[in-house]
Amino acid sequence: MKQTQEALLLLEDGTAYRGLALGKRGTAGGEICFNTGMTGYQEIYTDPSYYGQIVVNTTSHIGNYGVQLDTEEESSNVKIKGMVCNTFSDDYSRHTADFSLQEYFERSNIVGISNVDTRQLVRHVREKGVMNAIISSEILDENQLMEELKKVPSMAGLELSSVVSTTEPYFMGEEAGSRWRVAVMDYGIKKSILKNLTERGCYCKVFPAQTPFEEVMEWQPDGFFISNGPGDPAAMMYAVETVREMVESGKPLFGICLGHQLLAEASGISTYKMHHGHRGLNHPVKNLITGLCEITSQNHGFSVNADETTNHPNVEVTHINLNDKTVAGIRRKDHPAFSVQYHPEASPGPHDSHYLFDEFAQMLEKA
Amino acid sequence: MPKNPNIKSILIIGSGPIVIGQACEFDYAGSQAARSLREEGIKVSLINSNPATIMTDPINADHVYLLPLEKKYITQILKEHQDAGTPIDAVLPTMGGQTALNLAMDCEKAGIWKKYGVELIGVDIRAIETTEDREAFRLKMLELGAGVCQGRIARSFLEGKEIAQEIGFPLVIRPSYTLGGTGGGFVDKPEDFDRALTNGLHASPTHEVLVEQSVMGWKEYELELLRDGNGNFIIICSIENFDPMGVHTGDSITVAPAMTLPDTTYQKMRDLAIRCMAGIGSFAGGCNIQFSVNPETDDIIVIEINPRVSRSSALASKATGYPIAKIAAKMAIGYNLDELTNPITGTTSAFFEPSIDYVIVKVPRWNFDKFQGADRSLGLQMKSVGEAMGIGRNFQEALQKACQSLEIRRNGLGADGRELRDQEKIKHSLAHPSWDRLFHIYDAFKIGLSFKSIQKLTKIDSWFLRQIEELIETEHEVQKYELDDIPKALLLKAKQKGYADRQIAHLLGVKESKVYAKRKELGIKRVYKCVDTCAAEFAAATPYYYSTFNTSQEDPDNESVVSDKKKVVVLGSGPNRIGQGIEFDYSCVHGVLAAKEAGYETIMINCNPETVSTDPDISDKLYFEPVFWEHVFDIIEHEKPEGVIVQLGGQTALKMAEKLDKYGIKIIGTSYQALDLAEDRGRFSKLLQEMDIPYPKFGTVRTSDAAVELSRSLGFPLLVRPSYVLGGQSMKIVINEQELEQHVVKILHDIPDNNILLDHFLEGAIEAEADAISDGEDAYIIGVMEHIEPAGIHSGDSHATLPPFDLSEEIIATIEEYSKRIALAMGVKGLLNVQFAIKDGVVYVIEANPRASRTVPFICKAYQEPYVNYATKLMLGDKKISDFNFQPVKKGWAIKIPVFSFNKFPNVNKELGPEMKSTGEGIFFIDDLQDEFFLKVYGERNMYMSR
Repeated sequence: MKQTQEALLLLEDGTAYRGLALGKRGTAGGEICFNTGMTGYQEIYTDPSYYGQIVVNTTSHIGNYGVQLDTEEESSNVKIKGMVCNTFSDDYSRHTADFSLQEYFERSNIVGISNVDTRQLVRHVREKGVMNAIISSEILDENQLMEELKKVPSMAGLELSSVVSTTEPYFMGEEAGSRWRVAVMDYGIKKSILKNLTERGCYCKVFPAQTPFEEVMEWQPDGFFISNGPGDPAAMMYAVETVREMVESGKPLFGICLGHQLLAEASGISTYKMHHGHRGLNHPVKNLITGLCEITSQNHGFSVNADETTNHPNVEVTHINLNDKTVAGIRRKDHPAFSVQYHPEASPGPHDSHYLFDEFAQMLEKA
Repeated sequence: MPKNPNIKSILIIGSGPIVIGQACEFDYAGSQAARSLREEGIKVSLINSNPATIMTDPINADHVYLLPLEKKYITQILKEHQDAGTPIDAVLPTMGGQTALNLAMDCEKAGIWKKYGVELIGVDIRAIETTEDREAFRLKMLELGAGVCQGRIARSFLEGKEIAQEIGFPLVIRPSYTLGGTGGGFVDKPEDFDRALTNGLHASPTHEVLVEQSVMGWKEYELELLRDGNGNFIIICSIENFDPMGVHTGDSITVAPAMTLPDTTYQKMRDLAIRCMAGIGSFAGGCNIQFSVNPETDDIIVIEINPRVSRSSALASKATGYPIAKIAAKMAIGYNLDELTNPITGTTSAFFEPSIDYVIVKVPRWNFDKFQGADRSLGLQMKSVGEAMGIGRNFQEALQKACQSLEIRRNGLGADGRELRDQEKIKHSLAHPSWDRLFHIYDAFKIGLSFKSIQKLTKIDSWFLRQIEELIETEHEVQKYELDDIPKALLLKAKQKGYADRQIAHLLGVKESKVYAKRKELGIKRVYKCVDTCAAEFAAATPYYYSTFNTSQEDPDNESVVSDKKKVVVLGSGPNRIGQGIEFDYSCVHGVLAAKEAGYETIMINCNPETVSTDPDISDKLYFEPVFWEHVFDIIEHEKPEGVIVQLGGQTALKMAEKLDKYGIKIIGTSYQALDLAEDRGRFSKLLQEMDIPYPKFGTVRTSDAAVELSRSLGFPLLVRPSYVLGGQSMKIVINEQELEQHVVKILHDIPDNNILLDHFLEGAIEAEADAISDGEDAYIIGVMEHIEPAGIHSGDSHATLPPFDLSEEIIATIEEYSKRIALAMGVKGLLNVQFAIKDGVVYVIEANPRASRTVPFICKAYQEPYVNYATKLMLGDKKISDFNFQPVKKGWAIKIPVFSFNKFPNVNKELGPEMKSTGEGIFFIDDLQDEFFLKVYGERNMYMSR
């Protein structure tokens, strides 16, 4: 394929970038965010936490190694709304790939734009903060496209987990031979999290986002896992309540990303929308308990209030982000519950934090 | 753990003279380490016998020892410090390549460190032993669960034969404990095995070789790691080799970040890298690990581990902006990564992994032309002498820029009329990699060879090949138009793919200036982006830039903001090659620092990733760009400096003078007219004649007929050479008409449209050279050196002494007087080097070069005075000769020792002549002329005299 069709990327503040269309021809709007990872585009696009977002990949080439169905997908389909990159490769090189990223996007109805100075765009977003944006290969008039952009809802106060969550409960792992039953709350879970849990002897039942606590308990789980997911944690009162009940049950609980924010909210700590979030595979985190550092995969636009955490009688900060000193992990002093803001399952990203799954298993073991 | 308070004084071991496989990347590492340690209040002592390095400058260390890298000198230094009551507490041997590690190991075995209570830091002896001993390494990797090639160590010929029988062909022979793969090789057929095995066993100092399964054609990667004392790891950079397994990494075109690695494979590699580094020993510092990936299955095996700062770490530092050596030095004294700040952003943590939003391509620079008869094929043994790096927003842009940087008389990758069209030759080259394979891949696409056959012959990943194919497609599109009707979008596309104006001009059949004018007219803008380690996620505090056309042309985001300070540009010397190496980088760095002292904002332009000059800490602004007219001119247009310094960056910088002058850009110091006068033998000789200074009879010709004619009046022997070259390129002494004709034809073929110089050769003469600095009105001779070998051997390949050892005072006075008069007559402002031949008491001037010479750093080191600094201030008009209080430290003699890399080219004629062949030099101080070393070299001189 030769990219010939022009496309337009328009930001809420009126900034426009012209480039070439990729993926499906069409129009797509969402919140714009950038990811600085140099590998793992397919995992990013299928991560439900990116639901409804337009992802800017800062690495200079995208598509080089094509896509691999299933093995490198983090959920059943592409979750992002649109993609922006510098150079797009329709030609790919990998013997084990299924097909090109272009074909993948066409099949998934994803609109994208390439030949954009993503660095300029990142510098802009870094200055101005996150905002909504729209990509179109149909409407190339800025004024007309702005009208479309206005229809895109704002992320703040948006509840999206129930949109990406499973509608029916399902099981992961084998019951026979498993050591613990872990109830997984699916607010937009990634496959690799479930893989990490089952590999450590957890038999998982994955529940739809809005499942009430009592219904979860009927399965008689040994512990709880609170997943990652898209949207504003403050808009998920139902989940905050469920998590609070889970914590108080005294059974081990582990939360990742949104799950971390929900544990904070459930402990009475507020969350806030960040200026432009953390998205990349190179975020430095220090474990304050061991003194060791880990390079982490991150993808979040909301964060936990640091002062409220430090002053909380029953919550302890266990991990901090070394770049901006934001809270990267917490634990309850009164209950076996802990969570991290980043993604220990990685996919994409470094495996430095896999030990957290071991710690969860140890906690289950002790309980 | 914070800084270790017990370490107050550290010895850093350098890498010695430049040889193939160990070049100025270790000057960069050593300089950074020394600065980094001194920042911490630590006293730094430095041992290195290479005088041309910045690391051995007084600006860099508290105590510099220009001594041979031998045990006895280490002992001498340690004892001196102990006696003075300021003992050395620790030694850092990881900044000086394999040479420094080997010396540290020797001293360890001899118990020297223990005796003087010196702690070895940044290194684990076990790790060195494991990684250097092929068999121990293989077993260790298997123990760590890392895949390795099948194979075993052979300690005898018979054992080697047995192993070969076990694993079958093709296989590889890797001798233990050799540098840059010396003596190793691939063996495809049983009949070639015996000879290769014998060579390998001979090359290894321990007579051991690893006979191993060949993974030729697999993909090759490198990771650069850092670990602190707490066990925290980070990967600074992933590097992918464009050339698959089979070509030494130092000879491979390499790309960062890795282009064709999915996250799953990359993370497996990262896990493996961390496991390996942790498994081989415990040390805080840098480590380089090479991997190979089976393209069919994504299986990974470990090829090699270097538990130290390496050539690749210099590349990774320049590629990402992350200063590996600087941080590694801090970790060696106890700091943990999370206690340090990322020096590029100045705000975020040093514990993080750089993310880059551009591509870098490194292309090696070879010098096979200097080694007649050398095996030019690339394999396990490194043969390149230097490298250039291109930075672009996409692979193609970076690739074209790297090719524009090479100084091989090409304008980039193709589109310059120098393409090869012979299908058979191209095919052969694709399958047998040599220095020009990259160009032949391009040629193959251009003549229409199928993608499949190109891939089959080269085994290069199809993604890379497709990128080159796409270049040809773009060229075809461009060629459909004339300059007048070429659409803006298409011209922009070509520029975005890195095409130089000259290449586009070639495609359109017009002049470069027309293309330049066209892109200005169409408003096609080149902008400068920052290398910031973090893909713009955080604001950067370091002014390190590269250019690109990949930006929104309506509203381009130019990150290089021009200040209102007065500025000066210093042009660098490009990739290292024989005749133009680290000496010129030394001068550039001093030029930058001197101009800063004189109140200028300094702007460095260079494209050599190994050097100190491309350390963004040196200049106020670094443009990592080809020293290629278009790039230089655009930077000048953007920055509008007061002028440009061309005297310091060797021939690369000097040859820009003509165009700079033509475009009305001020050349700082000696004018273009004077520079040109020195190159124009006719005018220069006329000047000498007017001044009554003798010179050998000479003439200039452009054809072989004219040469023969001229030879009759000059008389044989004759020295024949092309004009405007460095390092005696294509220079030859001929003794009869037949030889003369042959050589002239060869020069005309290699370098068309060039004047050829014929000099009467003064047989048996003594050569000497003088370096001077001048303000235009007064000149000062900084040093006179006498060559030990007689005339006929290139000055770069001769041993020489400072001051002369047997010239009479009268002759030295004549040399000084001539040099001064020439400097003033030419109007030199800055540096001047004059070469002399002395025969029968007559002093002849052979040539004068109004620029920094190869000997200037040597004199600065020997006399302990910063002459390049002085010269720069003279150029800028900031100071006069009379402002300096010269106080050279003159004691005994300093001998310049040329160092060769002939062991890389076993079949090459090692005889020396007028064409330079040495890759580096050492310095050796003697107190009197009865010195054993001097007498030995002096004795050999007679051998030359008697020929």
